[in-house]
Amino acid sequence: MSKVSDTKLKTKQIVKKHRGDKSALIAVLQDIQEAFNYLPKDALTVTGKALGIPISRVYEVATFYNAFSLKPRGEHIVKICMGTACHVRGASAIQDKMERTLCIKPGETTADKKFSLETVNCVGACALGPVVVIDTEYHGQVTMAKVDKIIGKLKEGAQQS
Amino acid sequence: MKKISNAKALRRVQDDLKQNYDPNKKLVTICAGTGCRGYGCIKVKEELEAEIAKQKMDVEVRATGCFGFCEKGPLVVVHPEKIFYQQVKIKDVPDIISKTVATGEVLEKLLYRDPQNNETVMREEDVPFYKKQHRLVFGSNGMIDPTRIEDYLIIGGYSALAKALTEMTPEGVISEVKKAGLRGRGGGGFLAGTKWESCRRAPGEPKYVIGNGDEGDPGAYMDRSLMEGNPHSVIEGMIIGAYAIGASEGYIYVRNEYPLAVLHLTMAMASAKEAGLLGKNILGTDFSFDIHINKGGGAFVCGESSALFASIEGRAGEPRAKYIHAVEKGLWDKPTCLNNVETWANVPIIINQGAQSYASVGTEGSKGTKIFSLVGKINNTGLIEVPMGMTLREIIYDMGGGIPKGRKFKAVQTGGPSGGCIPESLLDLPVDFDKLYEVGSMMGSGGMIVMDDRSCMVDVAKYFLGFLQEESCGKCIPCREGVRRMHEILEDICAGKGKEGDVELLEHISTGVADGSLCALGGSAPNPVLSTIKYFREEYEAHIKNHRCPAGVCKALITYSINPDKCTGCGLCIKVCPTQATSGEKKKPHAINNDLCTRCGACIESCKFDAITVE
Amino acid sequence: MVNLIIDGKNVTAKKDTMVLEAARSAGVDIPTLCAHEAVSRAGSCRLCVVEIKKGNRTRIVTSCLYPVEEGLIVNTKTERVLNVRRLVLELLLARCPRSEVLQNLAKELGVDPQPRFLPDTDKGKCILCRSCVRVCEEVVGVSAIGMSARGSHKTVGTPFKETSSVCIGCGACVYVCPTGHIVMQSTGDKRKIWKRTFKMQTCEKCGKYFAPVDQLKFISKKTGVPYNELAVCTECR
Repeated sequence: MSKVSDTKLKTKQIVKKHRGDKSALIAVLQDIQEAFNYLPKDALTVTGKALGIPISRVYEVATFYNAFSLKPRGEHIVKICMGTACHVRGASAIQDKMERTLCIKPGETTADKKFSLETVNCVGACALGPVVVIDTEYHGQVTMAKVDKIIGKLKEGAQQS
Repeated sequence: MKKISNAKALRRVQDDLKQNYDPNKKLVTICAGTGCRGYGCIKVKEELEAEIAKQKMDVEVRATGCFGFCEKGPLVVVHPEKIFYQQVKIKDVPDIISKTVATGEVLEKLLYRDPQNNETVMREEDVPFYKKQHRLVFGSNGMIDPTRIEDYLIIGGYSALAKALTEMTPEGVISEVKKAGLRGRGGGGFLAGTKWESCRRAPGEPKYVIGNGDEGDPGAYMDRSLMEGNPHSVIEGMIIGAYAIGASEGYIYVRNEYPLAVLHLTMAMASAKEAGLLGKNILGTDFSFDIHINKGGGAFVCGESSALFASIEGRAGEPRAKYIHAVEKGLWDKPTCLNNVETWANVPIIINQGAQSYASVGTEGSKGTKIFSLVGKINNTGLIEVPMGMTLREIIYDMGGGIPKGRKFKAVQTGGPSGGCIPESLLDLPVDFDKLYEVGSMMGSGGMIVMDDRSCMVDVAKYFLGFLQEESCGKCIPCREGVRRMHEILEDICAGKGKEGDVELLEHISTGVADGSLCALGGSAPNPVLSTIKYFREEYEAHIKNHRCPAGVCKALITYSINPDKCTGCGLCIKVCPTQATSGEKKKPHAINNDLCTRCGACIESCKFDAITVE
Repeated sequence: MVNLIIDGKNVTAKKDTMVLEAARSAGVDIPTLCAHEAVSRAGSCRLCVVEIKKGNRTRIVTSCLYPVEEGLIVNTKTERVLNVRRLVLELLLARCPRSEVLQNLAKELGVDPQPRFLPDTDKGKCILCRSCVRVCEEVVGVSAIGMSARGSHKTVGTPFKETSSVCIGCGACVYVCPTGHIVMQSTGDKRKIWKRTFKMQTCEKCGKYFAPVDQLKFISKKTGVPYNELAVCTECR
């Protein structure tokens, strides 16, 4: 099956799961992102048609909420917690370091599509601050030295697989 | 679990569970909140189970909700002796099982050591962090497995619901909540009972109740711990509220970043439904009520009720002008009662123990307890639940253990981005809704971020305004443009480009933004700026007039240097410097070239001799 | 009927009238940008704020959304009100420095640009009032344009910033835009708007180009009136 029709088919299934309920738009988009790691344009178009919502409204919602990405994201999502507790414990230095290590800014993805960098407003693990969440794993009391270690390990893992 | 057909049957089920429960049986509880998971508690739990299996013992290992003392995780308690172990590692597990569990021997090295007198403390309740707490809402977190409804029933769970449904009228429930003086735990502190009453009286069907778990204040995570650790208490509170208001449908709106909370709430709802405690004909009565879970999309503004409604309706979270209250026209323009999840969790307690007893705790205007997250530059980071009216000093020094590394306390920020910074001179302030408001801050959802002399208050104001600029929905001009301009000015000040008159201009913009914004996000957005100007004006002046950042934070206004007396010439700072700004020969004091230095802090982090100074 | 006091004048207005209309009918001028009669209201520009007094409590509300109430005391020119308006205009002048509408309004209200605000160069004349989006949804019924992103990144436009396939080129958005941000160019048989070029229909009677073909097709489909009956301009009809 072609990639486009696969995207459309999967999207239709997701919309069906939510019984075509207009108010479930955000939940539908969350499921689409879960399935594709981002919101493909085709998926948004199909969603709009299937739910009977103008594409301009779908686009508005998709761009309003932070959790959604309209660009394909990397294999690993690196989230730096920017909560107040992490901020006073030096999260911005960790962010700078992460930007240098991955050579990307928040919202961007590395050229090899391995990493995407994001910032998040508090993951609520303040005792561990500064916190970096990679995929679903929490890394606490992150130091600049630790950034090299964590990313190095993931790069190694990526090479092996 | 089998369907419970009525209130009597509920009591029977609870009694049966209690009878089959041996309080003297060995039990190991381990905190499995998100914080402890970050420390690797799940692996410790698996190891505990493996070790017990290996030693062929009959001991339950129970992963519970958050204990609160996140600083010292992973946390383990051995019952029935209640021996409290902290910072437990996998390698400690064999000893815990073969010594403590098997023979009752206490492992000194895993006990909490009081830094004041260097003595170890064996029981959780004797640890200073817990000693002054009053864990009314949060107490069961450490005992129950949130994925098992039986654990909640055994501690009397859903008794309040049964009491409300069978012994009280809806009006009676409302009057009890009013008498208890319960105020909304999410921010505004509005009287919950009054809100319920207006919602009950409002014309229109159906009516909705909503649990707000979109905990957006950075630095606050009590709602998450409650939803993760004791989801049934939130659900029970909501069902009681729905009964009182006359609502048939409810929603819990949970932050997207809280997957475990979503999971535990979903499981709790499913088991409550199976048990006939939620859904059609609850406990055999003709009252029916169902709850849906909505995951947020990552927008702080959705903490604002009308934006939250828009989000549930599937739209962008833009607030609307609230000249008609949500209790009359809320979700889908129907009467809606929105309360924070912590507020809901207080409801069963009020019904169980009665308004009078509940209201005996707290201050004149703020009743009961409040959960705070004590974070930032503090020794004992964690969640504490204290009676309203406890002073900041008690919280920060007695429970929080003061400031790390012997540094000096500077300020505590409460109320999240809508709140303010409170200086040392106000440390004896009793904490309640009104007192915090009087000093230019607010309760918010209960975040307390402690700052020391290395925290720059202009930087903190800039941080919050940067946050708010990103989180403003952008609908109204004062908030969208005003907050952005305030942030620009603060960025200038921190970059040494502040101008004479900037502080006054910030005050001018603040007034207009506060008065002119459409919702409370904009309305309170100037608070972090106004409170820091009020209490730390000299720090603004130092930045603007003297181009100095007294706390040594603002990169453009500081320089790094190496103290030759302390430097051993180890070369580590040379290795870690990303811009080759550090140099020097081995075993001779190194130096920093400030033209190349980006003040990233890598050298400070790497230096084992504390030789790098910031001025 | 409801009785209220606006700037000391006794005013009577029908129930459900907004304070803004009640004030205007009583000859009290309140500046607005986003309240357009063709579309629903959002209260986003905040220029129309007034101070209301109920009992001992005073508060700032947007007059375009606040319905009249018996005994309400409204003041449209208190220091607090003027301060909000001043700030809104300072902010807008910095956002849209080339907007003549805003410049004139600022002059009228005696507001000068705030020199500390660096003027934007990338926002055009758009104040993000959403009137265009509303008219496209509520009146035209095609929802070709919408908002995207949030906070200071918010913009208005077509989804994915691409040409819209549902836009009919009617220009209603241009008509409601208070600041003249949206550009529509009509030359000969072509009309260009939102980066899309539309073919124009000539009037069968007078021969003038009068409406985009897509718009007439849309109306024909919606109303069931045959296309050829619509191919006559309003003047010749």
